[in-house]
Amino acid sequence: MNENIGYIFITIGILFDLFGCIGLVRLPDVYNRLQAAAKCVTLGTCGTLFGFFVISGFTAAGMKALLALAFVLITAPAGAQALSRAAYLSGVRSWKKAGYEDSKEERELRETA
Amino acid sequence: MNILMLVLVLCCFLCLYRILRGESAADRAVAVDILGIVVVGFAALLALKEQAGYLMDIAIAWTLQSFIAVIALAKYLEGKHFDE
Repeated sequence: MNENIGYIFITIGILFDLFGCIGLVRLPDVYNRLQAAAKCVTLGTCGTLFGFFVISGFTAAGMKALLALAFVLITAPAGAQALSRAAYLSGVRSWKKAGYEDSKEERELRETA
Repeated sequence: MNILMLVLVLCCFLCLYRILRGESAADRAVAVDILGIVVVGFAALLALKEQAGYLMDIAIAWTLQSFIAVIALAKYLEGKHFDE
């Protein structure tokens, strides 16, 4: 019973991983790719680790899986935020067809940084 | 089980494609970040398949190391030094 529930979690997680990676390849600019891939892959890996925890229960490996889940939940969004800020400050433009133009304050932030 | 691992390998190759093709340096950094997270899931799956609990140690270490690498890459892209 526990095994089946765990495999369901793992399958859902890996499907999210796949969708995130497809987004990483298909979307047009850095910010789109980052927001698609970072969210999907974080949830997907957390699902996989939680499924591992459900299958193996409260053993040493299961608790390590919970610990890795907590680390992924904390570090992946922080890393994605740092990367998007770095991309913006290093002058990567957003997709032209998105019709987005920098406001005055943002241009000043970019120049002073 | 084998199909799931094959899907994850496909994910890794999609990330490698983005590292190879990426138009800017930021694209490559994003792909490195995503590849690191995918590999953690792969380690969990391998630990389940081989009944090898020590692979979870590798998953934890890989998470933290990948985070530090991404922060260093972001600092480098911003043009700052590491102690700022």
